[in-house]
Amino acid sequence: MGQITLKQVRKSFGEVDVIPGVDLDILDGEFVVFVGPSGCGKSTLLRLIAGLEDTTSGIIAIDGKDATSLPPAKRGLAMVFQSYALYPHMTVRKNIAFPLKMAGMSEAEQDKKIANAAKVLNLSSYLDRRPGQLSGGQRQRVAIGRAIVREPAAFLFDEPLSNLDASLRVTMRQEITELHQTLKTTMIYVTHDQVEAMTMADKIVVLNAGRVEQVGSPLDLYNHPDNLFVAGFIGSPKMNLIGGEAAAKHGATTIGVRPEHLQVGSGPWSGTVALAEHLGSDTFLKVNAGDLGTLTVRASGDVRVNYGDTIQFQPIAGKVHRFGADGKNMA
Amino acid sequence: MARAVTTQRKILFTLAAWAVGLTIFFPVLWTILTSFKTEASAVASPPQLFTADWTLENYAEVWQRSDYPRFFWNSVVISIGSTLLGLAIAIPAAWSMAFVPGRRTKDLLMWMLSTKMMPAVGVLIPMYLIFQRTGLFDTRTGLILALMLMNLPIIVWMLYTYFKEIPAEILEAARMDGASLRNEIIYVLTPMAIPGIASTMLLNIILAWNEAFWTITLTTINAAPLSAFIASFSAPQGLFYAKLSAASTMAIAPILIVGWFSQKQLVRGLTFGAVK
Repeated sequence: MGQITLKQVRKSFGEVDVIPGVDLDILDGEFVVFVGPSGCGKSTLLRLIAGLEDTTSGIIAIDGKDATSLPPAKRGLAMVFQSYALYPHMTVRKNIAFPLKMAGMSEAEQDKKIANAAKVLNLSSYLDRRPGQLSGGQRQRVAIGRAIVREPAAFLFDEPLSNLDASLRVTMRQEITELHQTLKTTMIYVTHDQVEAMTMADKIVVLNAGRVEQVGSPLDLYNHPDNLFVAGFIGSPKMNLIGGEAAAKHGATTIGVRPEHLQVGSGPWSGTVALAEHLGSDTFLKVNAGDLGTLTVRASGDVRVNYGDTIQFQPIAGKVHRFGADGKNMA
Repeated sequence: MARAVTTQRKILFTLAAWAVGLTIFFPVLWTILTSFKTEASAVASPPQLFTADWTLENYAEVWQRSDYPRFFWNSVVISIGSTLLGLAIAIPAAWSMAFVPGRRTKDLLMWMLSTKMMPAVGVLIPMYLIFQRTGLFDTRTGLILALMLMNLPIIVWMLYTYFKEIPAEILEAARMDGASLRNEIIYVLTPMAIPGIASTMLLNIILAWNEAFWTITLTTINAAPLSAFIASFSAPQGLFYAKLSAASTMAIAPILIVGWFSQKQLVRGLTFGAVK
């Protein structure tokens, strides 16, 4: 089981409220991603759940039981750190065995679990090496191995892939997702990378300045952002946010249109192409559209547009997001 | 041409280094050489570095006249005892300062160090009286306590700097893995800090071994270590340079040998953090 509930959880360092008060329900078996710009409090929130930081006020319940004042060791959670945080003086085997040893498990049972974890994570031939003799990806796997052997109520990941190179990151991302499908254990994953959030999560929690901006499935957030912050943060390239007269026509202070929802060819909007990136499958255009500002347009791969061309385009009807003066979605 | 200059400089620097080294070592060398001379040639004028009549007689006489093994054993017990006791107190102290610092941790560290800036003689009377009245005077337990207190600030400081180098995330990982505070210190922190703890230990054994002020003033016979043994040969009624030198050599030989074999560890310890 791994149901985690936060009720009005608050954290302040001295005078500064890092987390002004968060309510959150995480269901058993869910893959939840905390995402937000750096300094938004997502790591702090994870560390509060882990017990590595004390809450200033509020309640953290794990499986219905109040765990707010339990030490990390007693919460039954496992964590994978950004720096891997392996024990450098122990072999891979001993690293993975450590939580089992702390739980007082017999050696025979430890060996069985270690062998199992090593098989799942492709570490069997490295068990007698030390972390210093492993590559980044292998170290990451050892850290995950150390987390899975203790069969925790939930896994906590603190930006686990940010020290890996781009291609390895994609592989490890898939491995973690597959691991989640196999184990069906609750996972809470912190990242600043919205692509990771979109691809991995069942549920995304978007954080900004310690506040939860929106909670929902990836497509929910993509298609129905609650406010300007989420609209601008989720999606790559970013949603085009347009103010002024064009917004007023839609009865809004700001309108948002995703790059793929701008149709090139005809329409009321026009601009000059400042940059054309031909990726083959798609073409991304940066368009200087006068009063509308600089917009990103995603066109199909066979569009023949080059730098300096003037193009006409329009938003697809029904795909315009309208935001009021308070930044909230009006729809 | 460039190469000629560097060779020249190299030779110059080597010579300078040797000169400094020999100057520092000269008194020790002189003591060792004197210990093998007769009393007459030890006080010869002008002084002779080498002599024709080498002898082992001084050692024989020092050995006979005093109970060297007892002094030696006292030194061993006191220096190792005070160091181990100091470590037992300093490891948790340095742990808390390094990993859960409070607002006053820096001040506390400075305050601890400031006790080393005071001359020991300043607290001679109170210490002496306390030792007298508590029955610690002239006991090994008493000296272990005194030397431990004297060296504790250094032990805490050294360990604190070592511990600061250990990433906090690794200790947090241990906590997440279910380790109690005790297990975290035993299985994770201590093994990672072993090089640092070893050099701290060595340095403190040496400091305690060579400490003379408290060991001489707080002992008479029973707990007297080698420092008191040396002092007993510099009696006011007459100076026996050769015998005094023999006693000194016997007192410093063990620690010199230990120091020689652990040189690498010591140097690493003393320059730790300087190079990264």
